[in-house]
Amino acid sequence: RSCILVSIGGKNIMLDCGMHMGYNDDRRFPDFSYITQNGRLTDFLDCVIISHFHLDHCGALPFMSEMVGYDGPIYMTHPTKAICPILLEDFRKITVDKKGETNFFTSQMIKDCMKKVVPLNLHQTVQVDDELEIKAYYAGHVLGAAMVHIKVGSESVVYTGDYNMTPDRHLGAAWIDKCRPDILISESTYATTIRDSKRCRERDFLKKVHESIERGGKVLIPVFALGRAQELCILLETFWERMNLKAPIYFSTGLTEKANHYYKLFITWTNQKIRKTFVQRNMFEFKHIKAFDRSYADNPGPMVVFATPGMLHAGQSLQIFKKWAGNEKNMVIMPGYCVQGTIGHKILNGQRKLEMEGRSTLDVKLQVEYMSFSAHADAKGIMQLIRMAEPRNMLLVHGEAVKMEFLKGKIEQEFSIDCYMPANGETVTVTTNPSVPVDISLNLLKREMALGGPLPDPKKPRTMHGTLIMKENSLKLVSSEQALKELGLNEHQLRFTCRVQLQDPHSDTDTLHRIYTHLKSVLKGYTIQHLPDGTVMVESIVIKVSSSTEDPNTKVLLLSWSYQDEDLGSFLSTLLKKGLPSGLC
Amino acid sequence: MLHVLYLSGVILLFVSLKTFPSVSSFHVFQYCLSGHPTLPCNVLKFKSTTIMLDCGLDTTSVLNFLPLPLVHSPRLSKLPGWVSKDGTLNLEKKELLDLSTIDVILISNYHCMMALPYITEHTGFTGTVYATEPTLQIGRLLMEELVNFMERVPKAQSATCWKNKEIQRMLPGPLKDAVDVWTWKRSYSMQEVNSALSKVQLVGYSQKVELFGAVQVSPLSSGYSLGSSNWIIQSHHEKVSYVSGSSLLTTHPQPMDQSSLKNSDVLILTGLTQMPTANPDGMLGEFCSNLAMTIRAGGNVLVPCYSSGVIYDLLECLYQFIESANLGTTPFYFISPVANSSLEFSQIFAEWLCHNKQSKVYLPEPPFPHAELIQTNKLKHYPSIHGDFSSEFRQPCVVFTGHPSLRFGDVVHFMELWGKSSLNTIIFTEPDFSYLDALAPYQPLAMKCVYCPIDTRLNFHQVSKLLKEVQPLHVVCPEQYTQPPLTQSHRSDLMLELQPPPMPYRRCSVLNLPFRRRYERVYIMPELANSLVPSEIKPGISLATVSAVLHSKDNKHTLQSVPKPPPVPPSKKRKRVIEEPPVVLAPKPLLSGAVPLEAFLATLQKHGITEVKVEETADGHILHLQAEDTLIQLEEDGTHIVCDNNEPLRTTLRDLVLRFLQKL
Repeated sequence: RSCILVSIGGKNIMLDCGMHMGYNDDRRFPDFSYITQNGRLTDFLDCVIISHFHLDHCGALPFMSEMVGYDGPIYMTHPTKAICPILLEDFRKITVDKKGETNFFTSQMIKDCMKKVVPLNLHQTVQVDDELEIKAYYAGHVLGAAMVHIKVGSESVVYTGDYNMTPDRHLGAAWIDKCRPDILISESTYATTIRDSKRCRERDFLKKVHESIERGGKVLIPVFALGRAQELCILLETFWERMNLKAPIYFSTGLTEKANHYYKLFITWTNQKIRKTFVQRNMFEFKHIKAFDRSYADNPGPMVVFATPGMLHAGQSLQIFKKWAGNEKNMVIMPGYCVQGTIGHKILNGQRKLEMEGRSTLDVKLQVEYMSFSAHADAKGIMQLIRMAEPRNMLLVHGEAVKMEFLKGKIEQEFSIDCYMPANGETVTVTTNPSVPVDISLNLLKREMALGGPLPDPKKPRTMHGTLIMKENSLKLVSSEQALKELGLNEHQLRFTCRVQLQDPHSDTDTLHRIYTHLKSVLKGYTIQHLPDGTVMVESIVIKVSSSTEDPNTKVLLLSWSYQDEDLGSFLSTLLKKGLPSGLC
Repeated sequence: MLHVLYLSGVILLFVSLKTFPSVSSFHVFQYCLSGHPTLPCNVLKFKSTTIMLDCGLDTTSVLNFLPLPLVHSPRLSKLPGWVSKDGTLNLEKKELLDLSTIDVILISNYHCMMALPYITEHTGFTGTVYATEPTLQIGRLLMEELVNFMERVPKAQSATCWKNKEIQRMLPGPLKDAVDVWTWKRSYSMQEVNSALSKVQLVGYSQKVELFGAVQVSPLSSGYSLGSSNWIIQSHHEKVSYVSGSSLLTTHPQPMDQSSLKNSDVLILTGLTQMPTANPDGMLGEFCSNLAMTIRAGGNVLVPCYSSGVIYDLLECLYQFIESANLGTTPFYFISPVANSSLEFSQIFAEWLCHNKQSKVYLPEPPFPHAELIQTNKLKHYPSIHGDFSSEFRQPCVVFTGHPSLRFGDVVHFMELWGKSSLNTIIFTEPDFSYLDALAPYQPLAMKCVYCPIDTRLNFHQVSKLLKEVQPLHVVCPEQYTQPPLTQSHRSDLMLELQPPPMPYRRCSVLNLPFRRRYERVYIMPELANSLVPSEIKPGISLATVSAVLHSKDNKHTLQSVPKPPPVPPSKKRKRVIEEPPVVLAPKPLLSGAVPLEAFLATLQKHGITEVKVEETADGHILHLQAEDTLIQLEEDGTHIVCDNNEPLRTTLRDLVLRFLQKL
């Protein structure tokens, strides 16, 4: 089960709020005391995001929002919002009505909880508050499954939920843009499987059903009304069509129409092929699958029946099971997880004699098969997603430790990024190194870009200079002159004047010219001017010559420069003190 | 037809696509009547990105031509070429805007993308088109319908009409002699439509799309039709809103997102209602009562309409109305090559619908009640009048069919069929065409005509309220909106009155948007950021001098630390050349502030300079360091150090002075 708490840029976000179906006690729900010992969660969480409708991702939501107490926004996609309350209600019925458990959420709580849900559209950038924004991407896996990109300032996290990188019978492949998050939190259910094993499992499933039908057996598939049921229906429907099979397929009453309807209305969330052809032929209008009537169970000959509920704990599926259990030609296929204590759980554990109500026992002779069809990304898919998103750090969740360790090694080797795999209740801290966004004055930028020339020269990087003004929350980078002006400051001129004595038996003008020639040869790349008013200018440094009153051969050079030319001025005064080289004309 | 003016800053270029080739292969010549503000096509140049906003195809000109009957009609083909008197012609002058330079096209709704193949195909266009999924899907349907209408017309028929010299002679000058005239007015093919639409990138509302790192565009719900959007085009410091075809009425689409339009520097306003005086609700009521009246009297009702949009609302209205008006047994027919697709598609876009309809899918129920009308056989849809329809057709009935111009599509057949009886009624609901012009070639007509144009787009009252709310700095709009309509020149309420007045544009004009771009976003890399030393210069204001290397890539600018020069290998040659001029890595900062005399003297003393003679001058003081024979002139805005032959002293003094000054 998944329930992750992310703190990013001062915001706390809960990613998924799953339930562990293997436990009957408190361990079933996440331990929210990690967040706060007492009091409501509203004060500690900025938002909750649910990736898809599987109970191991949303099963604890009503418990969290209504029983622990959370009133903030809960984000999920439209299909998830539509389907999740139905699954929650189904599960609630099993646990409370059938097993008589207390301390569980009520129907009303599910409704109240769903009122807090804000629907999320794909690729829509939702501004949770001024700083926190989230964006959903298509994840495949199940109808309405989404990955989320969470961004605060320049820091970001991507949470994948469960996803699938190869399109399957009714869903497309997950996709994300190159969003370069600081952390990518990925599930890793199939961390070591490299080939897409789903195809194989499907073939296996069809083969088993087919064999059973061939020998005249009846096949019972206990399912929940939504999700896997539709997937298996499509699978069987296309198989029946291809193989031209005649044995009837039934779907137990009531929910069929309704459940398929969800899929029809959310057709935009399915794969491209189904979307393209839905006007001509809606994949969720099944030709071969008909509504079941309880009298059909006794009909002779082979048949396939989808019946609710999925764990054989009550209702139609249990009734049919009881009828068919005695015949070894028949088969029951459990396509999903079963809670401890249910008949589904018992027969999967190999129990062959079941105690029923009224002390009667039931001999289980029919074949029992377990098959998981959930679409998850395999190792290849996870690597593919990393290539797509280019994260700076990787965090693996939702998988087996040993397999994750293997994948972690591979990721670190191939992408040279840090990879973490926290245990339940463990906290991972990843330090980011964000760059600082600043507003640069266009004048300064343009001047700089114009000076830089059309092509950057990596060997001679040009240095730009400016002044960063930090005022309240704004950061502005402007030229120093503009900064003075904007802040209303006066400029303080710092000047230096330095006299240098020089032995040079020439006239003043000749000396000046000699200096000019000398500097010309030494200072390459500087602007040197010999001005008519009897000065030499090196950049903005002024050099004047006068003869000493005592000795006409001793010249006094007057150098004057401003602080901005300090380096050059200092260099010149030292240089000229050494005298002029002979050989100058 | 296109004038380009370049002024500094941002340039907005308006092009009308009305002169682009129009719909028919042989019959229709492209005419330009008046400017068409509801089918806009503007080009915005913003930060070196060329963005085309919408590309609507104006089909009003088809009114100048003969209807295209599905079956040969002796009456129609005998009519002389019928050309409206005020028809003026503009030949396309595409060369004034090189379509291959367009980087992106933003589509606001499916009515405003009908010219897309003319822009993206055979023009060298290599950019991307952005649209929402419903806009793409329904736009595809409408284009498919148009192509279908044109292609299924019997060939012989079109050929004879084209050869009718009478028609060509009556055309205005340029066309009469134009040789290649029929090439540019050829309608696009389905292949071209598919190719054009393959360039569309889907976007969701409020999705932020980066263009070349320079500009960010984002669609917002505009409330007008399924998936219709307004667009925000912004950089870090400038924001342009493009409002096109928006509605504040509660019909089927998601409500208009108004708040995101706030803080715009410029708001481009197009696509206001074409029927500012007609109240959509009133029109809907009139529509229903006229329909019921005709049916009760045993007549048929013909509703020429587009295959998507208002028809959903009409059907919903009828769904509620049928029982009360006792029309339970009257058949409703929707005839279009895309009727089925349109009805089906409308049900799968829950995300794009108003809240009421959205919540229906949670039940789960189809969002639109026309699903129930179809299920109960009250509404039937057919691809055309041929096939099943001809055998199942019962009268009296109500027929929804296109094209609303009455020039092509199945509607032409029904005009011929029902026009002669006064029992029948034609009800116009689409506002795009003048109903009198539409009917002209069918005159004399016995059939009753009712005009209930339903245009849910913003009216002037709603616009001024909206603008008051979102407060853009400048409004840009078609010039038609800045004066009352010609026919109602006294109605000053039918125009935009704003302060400051809106900037009007007409076809082919170019506007310079009043932007002063002054800042651009740049990112300081962490290493450099850590090395900065800010100093507080005034309360709350700190300064830091920055020396950095600017990197510009993909229109993103970053500042990185100046790399340290590689250590020079100590070579003999180097040692000899001591006269190496200094390599200036960082020029000195500017200085600010003043050097206070007392404090400075104290500092000098601390550094062993004790013999200082202070002389007061007009502007400050002159300090004479007697032992060192050095002068320091201290003034309010300058310090002058005169020091000969003592470099160590000079640098010490320099550093002491600097202590008192702020550097920037």
